[in-house]
Amino acid sequence: MSNQNHIDRQEFNITVYTEHHVGLLNRIATIFSRRKMNIESLNTSPSEIEGIHRFNIVINETEEVIRKLTRQIEKQVEVLKVYYHTNEDVIWQEMALYKVPTDVIAEKALVERLLRENGARAVVIRKDYTVFETTGHREETDNLIKVLQPYGLIEFVRSARIAIIKGSEGFNRKLREFEVAEPSDEVKENEYLNTGESIFTM
Amino acid sequence: MLTQEKHAPELTKEEKTISGGEALILGLLQEGVDTIFGYPGGAIMPIYDSLYDYREALNHVLVRHEQGGIHAGQGYARASGKVGVVFATSGPGATNLITGLADAMIDSTPLVCITGQVFAHLLGTDAFQEADVISISAPVTKWNYQVTDANEIPAALAKAFYIAKSGRPGPVVLDITKNAQLQQFNFTGHTPCSHIRSYRPTPIVRREYIEEAAALINQAKKPFVLWGQGVMLGSAEQEFKAFIEKSGIPAAWTIMGAGALPSDHELNVGMLGMHGNYGPNVLTNECDVLIAIGMRFDDRVTGRLDKYAKQAQVVHLDIDPSEIDKNVKATVPVWGDCKETLPLLTQLVDAKKHEEWLQKFKDYTAQEVEQVIQDELFPTSGEMTMGEVMQQLNELTNGDAIIVSDVGQNQMVACRYAKLNHTRSNITSGGLGTMGFALPAAIGAKFGAPDRTVVAFAGDGGIQMTIQELGTIMQSNVDVKIIIVNNQFLGMVRQWQQLFHERRYSFVDITSPDYIKVAEGYGIAGRKISERENLRGALQEMLAHKGSYLLEVMVTKENNVFPMVPQGCSVSEIRLK
Repeated sequence: MSNQNHIDRQEFNITVYTEHHVGLLNRIATIFSRRKMNIESLNTSPSEIEGIHRFNIVINETEEVIRKLTRQIEKQVEVLKVYYHTNEDVIWQEMALYKVPTDVIAEKALVERLLRENGARAVVIRKDYTVFETTGHREETDNLIKVLQPYGLIEFVRSARIAIIKGSEGFNRKLREFEVAEPSDEVKENEYLNTGESIFTM
Repeated sequence: MLTQEKHAPELTKEEKTISGGEALILGLLQEGVDTIFGYPGGAIMPIYDSLYDYREALNHVLVRHEQGGIHAGQGYARASGKVGVVFATSGPGATNLITGLADAMIDSTPLVCITGQVFAHLLGTDAFQEADVISISAPVTKWNYQVTDANEIPAALAKAFYIAKSGRPGPVVLDITKNAQLQQFNFTGHTPCSHIRSYRPTPIVRREYIEEAAALINQAKKPFVLWGQGVMLGSAEQEFKAFIEKSGIPAAWTIMGAGALPSDHELNVGMLGMHGNYGPNVLTNECDVLIAIGMRFDDRVTGRLDKYAKQAQVVHLDIDPSEIDKNVKATVPVWGDCKETLPLLTQLVDAKKHEEWLQKFKDYTAQEVEQVIQDELFPTSGEMTMGEVMQQLNELTNGDAIIVSDVGQNQMVACRYAKLNHTRSNITSGGLGTMGFALPAAIGAKFGAPDRTVVAFAGDGGIQMTIQELGTIMQSNVDVKIIIVNNQFLGMVRQWQQLFHERRYSFVDITSPDYIKVAEGYGIAGRKISERENLRGALQEMLAHKGSYLLEVMVTKENNVFPMVPQGCSVSEIRLK
């Protein structure tokens, strides 16, 4: 790769609509590994159409390379359609979970403020540890690591990126559905904790 | 149950309970399969057991190694235009197919390979002869699928054939667990597949691009056509010829495309690439419009890419959208099957003759003949050359034989000099460059085109890689003529060591067994010659011989294949010596 290529590289969000087929993940992954390219992030999920799967792949490359790669992916028999977009063309999120000792959190009021500033919420609060969740861009989830590190961050994990294409009609509609989604079990647990022992509220 | 020997499948719409193995065999018959190349083993035994009942309807050729089996399948497919079918067992049987799969993948050869697999309940337990065939073969197959239930067999097999042969063809692996082969199920018949939701084998032809392409071609002063195997894969030889003849454009071929237009056609100006002809390489960098048809701008064709045809506007016809702009940027992309796009283009192009431009190719040919070809094909003194063997063969077969070459110098000589009157007559491992390809592929080619003379043209290196397939020739009485051009070297590597590694001949001198004795051991007639005066007679004897024949020709040890575009050089920097 020349220097020029290196400069032209940027993050691209590749969206792949596929049939749900065993081994397809391997086929798609080898398209990148064969070219000695790293996948920055990869997420597979259902899509809005029943039985059709959706891959979100993040790659740091030049547009020319991305265009060729998308054609190689689309060539796979079970792949329906591939799109690629820059970060500006998608709404994207990554989720992170942070496990910290509860006693430290409970003692330090400062932590509560930091969590609030970083848009984090408690998912589980136990006597021994508390798990926070935050969703956002990479910098945001990274920031909270730095913030929590001094308070004894026990465990950290971040999910792959999921991205919704701005210019795609169908997905805008779907986004609204996500927003009104039924609360999950975890949320209930939160509700109980928030009204119960009331260590903090968010 | 069905115990009698059957000659033809009983295909009715009514349900009947049969085994997965039998359903597979019935499906193969329904798909029009007549020949299988294979090797049995533990995990594919139920399929072989079913095959036993249909052994009259389906000709099974027992090979000596699964690699030989798959190359034979490739040779069959390339000679006949049909799908090659290969059987192998699980584990080592399946892994032995990998080289052939990679070869078929890169050379777009339609194959359906059936591999046995351990019982479904043993998957992932490191069972005896278990290998993760689906994962191993994924990068070298167009599609693969593991069947674990007999009910899946008819649909999976139909899909396999459809994918293998449609669009840009390629190899498919069906990995069938032993329990699925044994399982009794209600078989309702085999229905060929003609549509898969997620698969678009042929892109939609866009008329505006055909019009743009025609406009570019019509204003061109020095147009140049490069064609590849796509012309043959699309069975578009006639459409291609019509296009060339109306437009009057000189046309050169990749080794995979050789023969789609007869060698002696006036507008056939020769071979492209590293060891291609002088004119086509030099004039690639002089033409004003380059029309690429069913070819993929392999690095052996383009040489240094940033100095390749930069002055030209490029029209690229291909069925595979991922080939457009992959290596060479197209000014006008023409997606589609060239069987469909070429006639549309022919309609719109002006009838022309480019005599001056064509003359340039002829002038370069004259130079090449004088400096390279004359001495290679018609030497009068010294030891024999590979080229004169091919030249004599051309004269005796009149260009009607199928030439199956191996890899290396013998391949370049065969591709450069073989006279080809017919399509599907030059069978070689183009993309992968698999040594050992010639002998088994020639066996397959003979089954694919039984009425034609099939000549395997191999070196002393490649022949030893798959020499065990002489056993297949013996057992199945295959009439293949085998020419070994023996220079006692791994010639192409030696040539490169001479030219680019200061003659440091590192492990390229290779000894040979007494091939005639080896052939004799397999009941194959043979002869070894080292004198020029015996060449023609020996070739005549070989061609006249009933059944297979092995001819070993001792050729000069340190001959080089020229012209040559050295690696990293532009096509116009081609060297004549």
